[in-house]
Amino acid sequence: MADATFQVFRGDAEGGQLVPYQVPITEGMVVLDGIHYIQGHLDGTLACRWNCKAAKCGSCSAEVNGRPRLMCKTRVDEFAGPISVRPIKVFPLIKDLVTDVSWNFRMNEQIPPFTPGPDEAPGPWRMYREDVERLFEFRKCIECFLCQDVCHVLREHDGLDRYMGPRFMVRIAALEMHPKDSLSRTDLLRGRGGIGFCNITKCCEDVCPEHIHITDNAIIPLKERMADDYFDPWRALLRMFGRKKEPRGT
Amino acid sequence: MAGRVEAGRYETFDQDVLVIGAGGAGLRAAIAAAASGLSVTLVCKSLLGKAHTVMAEGGIAAALGNVDPKDNWQVHFADTSRGGQMINDYRMVEIFAKEAPDRVYELERWGGLFDRTDDGRILQRPFGAHTYRRLCHVGDRTGLELIRTLQDRAVHSGITVHMEVTVTRLLKDAERIAGAVGYRREDGRFLLFRAKAVVLATGGWGKVYKVTSNSWECTGDGCAMAYEAGAELMDMEMVQFHPTGMVWPPGVRGILVTEAVRGEGGILRNAKGERFMERYDPKKLDLSSRDVVSRSIYKEVQAGRGSPHGGAFLDITHRGAEFIKKKLPSMYEQFRSLADIDITKSPMEVAPTVHYVMGGVRVEAGTGASSVPGLFAAGEVAAGLHGANRLGGNSLSDLLVFGRRAGEHAAAYVKGLRMTPRVDERQADEERALLLRPFEGDGRESPFALHEELQEVMGACAGIARTGAQLAEGLAKIEALQQRAERLRVAGSLLFNPGWHACRDVHFMLTLCEAIFRSAIERRESRGAHWRLDFPDPDPSWGAKNLVVSRDGEAMRVATRPVPQMPAELTALVKA
Repeated sequence: MADATFQVFRGDAEGGQLVPYQVPITEGMVVLDGIHYIQGHLDGTLACRWNCKAAKCGSCSAEVNGRPRLMCKTRVDEFAGPISVRPIKVFPLIKDLVTDVSWNFRMNEQIPPFTPGPDEAPGPWRMYREDVERLFEFRKCIECFLCQDVCHVLREHDGLDRYMGPRFMVRIAALEMHPKDSLSRTDLLRGRGGIGFCNITKCCEDVCPEHIHITDNAIIPLKERMADDYFDPWRALLRMFGRKKEPRGT
Repeated sequence: MAGRVEAGRYETFDQDVLVIGAGGAGLRAAIAAAASGLSVTLVCKSLLGKAHTVMAEGGIAAALGNVDPKDNWQVHFADTSRGGQMINDYRMVEIFAKEAPDRVYELERWGGLFDRTDDGRILQRPFGAHTYRRLCHVGDRTGLELIRTLQDRAVHSGITVHMEVTVTRLLKDAERIAGAVGYRREDGRFLLFRAKAVVLATGGWGKVYKVTSNSWECTGDGCAMAYEAGAELMDMEMVQFHPTGMVWPPGVRGILVTEAVRGEGGILRNAKGERFMERYDPKKLDLSSRDVVSRSIYKEVQAGRGSPHGGAFLDITHRGAEFIKKKLPSMYEQFRSLADIDITKSPMEVAPTVHYVMGGVRVEAGTGASSVPGLFAAGEVAAGLHGANRLGGNSLSDLLVFGRRAGEHAAAYVKGLRMTPRVDERQADEERALLLRPFEGDGRESPFALHEELQEVMGACAGIARTGAQLAEGLAKIEALQQRAERLRVAGSLLFNPGWHACRDVHFMLTLCEAIFRSAIERRESRGAHWRLDFPDPDPSWGAKNLVVSRDGEAMRVATRPVPQMPAELTALVKA
């Protein structure tokens, strides 16, 4: 069979460049197969992350021909010419295709966790399909951080210190809309969460391998929730008296 | 880079309990140990939330009785014991069946979400060899839900997490565990953990086979380290072949096709369109236990009735597109993007794939304690619960039930210690020298090539169908590879270097391959996943024995151990 030319970024924090490799093509091959071929046969020092090879763990994120993708889900037969593979850009480079994504884990720790109300009776909960199924979309997130990579606020405006990015808007939405959760996270959204910085270009939705409607179903409802809490005069008054989450139908 | 290697000896960490592995069992153990007020460190080879648990699809087995009210722990006990062909540790099975429901409800209390029944309870689906509909699930991504829920709980429990750290050796103070040593994958820095107890939650070693559903992490580090530290291993011959892995195209061979496809009504057919499970298990059909279904597919292929790429067809098209996309969304997506197949319109092609190991570190039923004081094990790395064959869905509940118990008992052990075990740095130095060896000397062996070769040996000589002659040949080949593994050589530096990382993995895997062969040679019968063509039937005398592997100097010793005798009231459940 024919070869494909892989142009793979090689380097570390001090710099690097694309290096060409010839990789034999097999039927149905994905970009990650090519990277593994290079590791096993051409250069064992090529660094990349991967785990499941089935688009379920979100480890093998990279920019393939300029587009943020999961390498395990990107078919080689999509491309006619050379295939360039670069690390995701928004996080600091460690080596080759591996970046330092620890910022995401620090952000997650700042989100108040799921907290059921103190008056929940013991024993199994009753929750109805219509109340939980809309959350499944958010819970599908595999934390590949491709949405973070493509987010203008994080990528072009160095917004890591102002906005938590689409991934954590999805995470917060899943908590806020959980039928048994009792906290309100609008303070966080307005503060460190930085939801106001999102200007709804929907690029995050475009690259999500789980097809989560990040903007429409998570970010916009959260923006509305925050606006309600902060800019509705009655709610603002209630906030002053330390009320927690408002019961509401969404 | 040599300077970098020499600079700074170890980054050192002190904690009461060290948990190795951050899949379901490790996370649950860490949460439990931290809840008892001790300092807990969790280390994992990948990023948090990427462990192999994330790949679990079909569900978590617990006798809630939400869909079939007749279900209860007794039936779950009987199903699990029969599935394991009665060489399970009955006490583990009993604890497991009784506690699984509480662990599922606890997960829900921590924010986990499952599919619901009409009246708002957790929905349960049928699965292979479970008498009742028992698997709590969320579509076909139950493992993701479980790991994310535990992960978010854990990071708010005061646990210290080190991601992308590989632990390669357990340290001992005389007979007791004193800590562990390893390296940071990112920069190759050596880390030394001083710990009063260690919980192994390192998963399985499916990566010793080429066709496997397992990720790169499943190299059995924990089990091999335990063996090297003197712990007993058990049931190592029992390797589960999941009946349905993808077969085509070549790059996806082995990737799991969830049993939930059959749970939701999928039917297996051979190349002639026959529903062949009618021949092999007319009662349970496609939902027979995994060992039976895998053998049936194997036999169909041997008889010339296999699919074009040497497997069978799995058809769920009759359930309709809407149903399939709702109940099996990730399967739909997986086949669409990787194999150009729309499973709502065409059948999938599937074949057995190595999925799970029933064997592992021998542990005490209630505590997860291994035979080394201070060393605990839970989840896939521990043996005993599943016997000769694991039922689908029992793994996720295993992680929760025994993860929690191992964490709690590790904490109790630490609280009962009168002296803090002392780390002998010479043990760490030995390991460090071993790790650095592939950068030095005149070796020529590639770790990637050796890994591929050992996989070929396992596939050819320790597959679904085994014979004494093949097993002996396989063992000899593994011993030859062990010799060659002394001469590994890698290029580059300690900075995120996959070739270097692979070196120690190869040593671990070869140890486990040897244990698999030595145990499989001994068990001269067919039972569960262990199918001997030269001894095709179960032998009642073997049904009363487990095989135990331990280290005897430099040699590996295999001995038999009586299966714990089940009390009469439990035996009655199994016979009912």
